[in-house]
Amino acid sequence: MKKSALPDPFEQARVEKGYGEINDQNDPVTMILRLKDVRKCAHNWKSFQSGAKPGRIVVPSEVNIRDTRQIPFEVDPPQHGEYRALVEAWFKRPLEDEYQEQLTQQISEIVDEALAADSIEIVEEFSLKLQSRALTLLLNIQYQESETWIAWGTHVFRSEDDPLDGEKASILYDYIDEQIDRAIENPGEDLYSVLLASEVDGRKLTREEVKGVMILTFAGGRDTVINAVTNSIAYFAEHPESLNQLREKPEIVGKAVEELIRYFAPLTHMGRVVTEDAEVCEHAVKADSRISLCWASANRDASVFENPNEVVLDRKVNPHVAFGFSHHKCLGATHARQILKTLLAVLAEKVKAIDILDYQENIEEWGEFQRKVGYDSITVKFSAQE
Amino acid sequence: MAKITFITQDDETITLEADSGSVMELATENNIKGIDGDCGGVCSCATCHVHVEPSFFDKVGEASEIEKDMLELDDNVTEYSRLVCQIEISQELDGVVLHVAK
Repeated sequence: MKKSALPDPFEQARVEKGYGEINDQNDPVTMILRLKDVRKCAHNWKSFQSGAKPGRIVVPSEVNIRDTRQIPFEVDPPQHGEYRALVEAWFKRPLEDEYQEQLTQQISEIVDEALAADSIEIVEEFSLKLQSRALTLLLNIQYQESETWIAWGTHVFRSEDDPLDGEKASILYDYIDEQIDRAIENPGEDLYSVLLASEVDGRKLTREEVKGVMILTFAGGRDTVINAVTNSIAYFAEHPESLNQLREKPEIVGKAVEELIRYFAPLTHMGRVVTEDAEVCEHAVKADSRISLCWASANRDASVFENPNEVVLDRKVNPHVAFGFSHHKCLGATHARQILKTLLAVLAEKVKAIDILDYQENIEEWGEFQRKVGYDSITVKFSAQE
Repeated sequence: MAKITFITQDDETITLEADSGSVMELATENNIKGIDGDCGGVCSCATCHVHVEPSFFDKVGEASEIEKDMLELDDNVTEYSRLVCQIEISQELDGVVLHVAK
């Protein structure tokens, strides 16, 4: 097994039953494992809702550490559509030239630093920095603010020994409260200010709603982007031929990003609350229980993907669900895609080889399933293109 | 060169010419409203949905199984629905009219 491989722990259950069961703080979850079932359930918001008690659709559940509703994430149609319309254009800004130039500059700088070092621990010293600095572009705030987020470390929401550490979570919630206060006193052109001035249903967004969008923006794009960037470095370390392929055919970079994201599935799954007794792949799910849409399993479904456990960098048809599906598909996907496209282009341009020196895998436990989602740490050495 | 006409939700009619690439690429390069192509053309995002003008459907052809599965869950699907990232431009397509779906 290659060090960069992410095995698929769901295969047997997916083929034989189509679901798995996990207990989570006495609020059990039926994990939906097949691509078509995952898509259907994601689309069917009436039977499988997101607008439940805040935190309940997240697995592990955050109901005990969070009261603020994340928006638009924890709202169902039709209200969901109004919130989504409000923020959609802002989250498409990564398509603008100036945004892309700044992102290229940021990522080139980080790669240059890595090339200059004897060795570098990727999670803390590369991916966290890259993610935090890029987030200043998405929020349209000063670059220096990223220093604060980098100082939080990778475990601001999830400490090493307790995935649901309320004290850690409150660092973020308190920070966002302060930032909203600042934007109220001194409005600018940042996301906080834009949201505070926005209207829904002919009224201004409430402070709590603004907070809900901001928590989503911070939380949704942190571990996921860090894992995607880190896993990309690990992948290219063991696949120098793929860096060559990108150098020779830069036009495949978009396909390469989709394929890496399919393979990595940085978010393993997301839950829904069942509103009425229902059946998924001939399995009964009860009202007020939970299901989860297992993006990681669906992305390896051999009934749809040929050679699902291989990275085929220029895979042409790739209907993956790594960014979710339907109404609630990832709001930050444009930003995430742009980060990865830029990273791949910069690596292809500057880097000849990457050697893995040491690593510690990050293994998630979901009932009977153990899934590697990335690394707790991975130290590498970069070598420059001549 | 194949001429391809897009009619947007705002009833704007735009005719473009090309001889290669996908119809999605042509549309996004020319900022056709309603064709986003978020996934870059790998059939994973369904943001390039059109209804082919029925008289041209034979020219464009049926969707593949994977594309049909994607379209099946779109609220605005019709028997003339296609995702244009899955349509390669060739001379065959000359003259087709595509209505951008909601």
